Amino acid sequence: MTDASLYPPLPLAGEGRGEGGSHVSAGLAPSASLTLGPLSRKRARETKLSRRHLLLASGAVLIAAPALARDKGQPASSAQHWGLLIDTGKCSEGCTTCVEACKAEMGLKGHDRPLTDAQYVRKIDVKDPATGNTHSLPVMCQHCDKPACVDVCPTGASMKRADGIVLVDRHICIGCRYCMMACPYKARSFAHEEQTGQQPYLPRGKGTVEGCTLCVHRIDAGQVPVCVEACATRAKGAMLFGDLNDPNSEIARRVATEATTRIRADLGLLPSVRYQRI
Amino acid sequence: MVKTTYSEIRAYTPGWLALAGGLGVVIVAALAAVWHMEHEGHWVTGMTNQVVWGLPHVFAVFLIVAASGALNIASIGSVFGREPYRPLGRLSGLVAMALLAGGLAVLVLDLGRPDRLAVAMTHFNFKSIFAWNVILYSGFFAVVAVYLWTMMDWRLKRFYRPAALGAFLWRLVLTTGTGSIFGFLVAREAYGAAVMAPLFIAMSFADGLAVFILVLLFAAKSTGRPLGEQMLTRLVRLLGLFVAANLYFVALHHVTQLYFAGRGGVESFVLAQGGVYTTLFWVAQIGLGGILPLVIAFAGCGHAARRRATMASALVVVGGLAQVYVLIVGGQAWPLDLFPGMEVASSFADGRVHTYVPTLAETVLGLGGVAIAGFIVLLGVTALRFLPAGLADTVEAAEDRH
Repeated sequence: MTDASLYPPLPLAGEGRGEGGSHVSAGLAPSASLTLGPLSRKRARETKLSRRHLLLASGAVLIAAPALARDKGQPASSAQHWGLLIDTGKCSEGCTTCVEACKAEMGLKGHDRPLTDAQYVRKIDVKDPATGNTHSLPVMCQHCDKPACVDVCPTGASMKRADGIVLVDRHICIGCRYCMMACPYKARSFAHEEQTGQQPYLPRGKGTVEGCTLCVHRIDAGQVPVCVEACATRAKGAMLFGDLNDPNSEIARRVATEATTRIRADLGLLPSVRYQRI
Repeated sequence: MVKTTYSEIRAYTPGWLALAGGLGVVIVAALAAVWHMEHEGHWVTGMTNQVVWGLPHVFAVFLIVAASGALNIASIGSVFGREPYRPLGRLSGLVAMALLAGGLAVLVLDLGRPDRLAVAMTHFNFKSIFAWNVILYSGFFAVVAVYLWTMMDWRLKRFYRPAALGAFLWRLVLTTGTGSIFGFLVAREAYGAAVMAPLFIAMSFADGLAVFILVLLFAAKSTGRPLGEQMLTRLVRLLGLFVAANLYFVALHHVTQLYFAGRGGVESFVLAQGGVYTTLFWVAQIGLGGILPLVIAFAGCGHAARRRATMASALVVVGGLAQVYVLIVGGQAWPLDLFPGMEVASSFADGRVHTYVPTLAETVLGLGGVAIAGFIVLLGVTALRFLPAGLADTVEAAEDRH
């Protein structure tokens, strides 16, 4: 069973810790707090995690938060390029914490019809038949820099924001599903029936195509995607979110210094989601 | 030049009413199917998040492809100067427009939001081959309408050849665009090849001519207009040639696929282990729709030309539908390969062959497209002089001259 109340947002505390870039203070003291960065100027935020959260996160939980909430009317900027780094070594087979959190956040109610029910994030179990090695990883919209879905969309409903987030404008989506034919990641779903229980920040419409928005509503409000938050607080913290354009961000530093890969990198679509140990 | 007399067919005869009524019933049934699908949502169809394009798209693509092919008869008479085909030019243009209208109707009515057709006509992403096709399809009506006008209005005769050439080039580009809808899909192993464009052109030549021959035979028979044996023999031979070209490109496509080690899986699926898709490929597409029409066209089967034309054309239509089905549905049934060389499993049907069973509603919608095309042809030949009054005489006279 999934319910939004099961995944309350992390408490936000404090205003303005001044300049300082991203840093993590993750300890196990009762008052331990995890500061999400980079923090800057007067609107920077700090997120406190309880001891329980941190124990659940079990280890280095690195959540690079958006720099700032975006003001209303202010367009997304290409100064940022949001991305994910997923360490499959920390992703357990059978763990669907991120999937369930996504469903709750997005108001995705299944109809017990797996072939037509929407799935923004799914867990894929991968096995190398030659060696028997197995691993499990979440796959969602890869928010490609050169998205095939955007190229093929006849009306321009599939679009990429300046900050790299790939979205569907449901006002001009005609439901042709050509983007679903074109996406190599099977990242999109078609709304096969009337939608109920929609979230105000995610209007869904029968007959249009939808997919992971990277929780754009949360990013614009200065929060991290719910899958990242859920993984950090309820699983092993396998997902790292941040600004790939910010050289001081944790994600940018890690992709610069550690081996990462993209799914079907050979296709040249330049996904913004990177994986480790696959 | 031999003067061809054209005449309308008589309306409101019992036969006319029966045909119009029959087509009307199918169209109404199709609209009811659309209402059902759109009201309930697409979950009531066989289409899923895995197989996103189903039987309606098979009918739509077949009709659209056949539309451009049906125009070839007119082009052969005008662009390529083959006099015997000229009397058929008007009907060729009409059938082409009717088939395109039928195909587009199915395509639009299967959209998740068919009410947003105006959006599709006003918002263009020019990087999308789909958007280009919207322009090519719309333009086809205009180009062929002008072409027909130059055929039917003696005052515009001087524009006849330019219009003919324009229409021929337009139809080539149009079918290239339709093939490229699949050719440009990098992630789908069954498609994603430049050969899709010429393959679709060859397909259109065969399918369009087959449909045209069937329409011609039916029109001649039902209106009691003579149809020359030589003309039919000529058409059947031409059909054989087009079928051979189609088979050539199909072979080229699969040989290329087989050559790429990474595409062995999808080829093995389509050619050997794909169940219904493999059966449709070998039996319907290659056997009934390819080899048999070739035999009928070139080896001779002892039947009269009319019988051979009917059999060969019907077989090509069956084979053509199977070809599009295998291509569209079979191509999606094969799963996307996110992790080449790995075995995968997920809650979203990753790593396994997808199933698709068309529902009655989808089938009726597809047939509705055929009925719309038929209805347009019927109205056309009733209202305007598309059909030659005496096909046999005209054709044979032209034959003598040739």
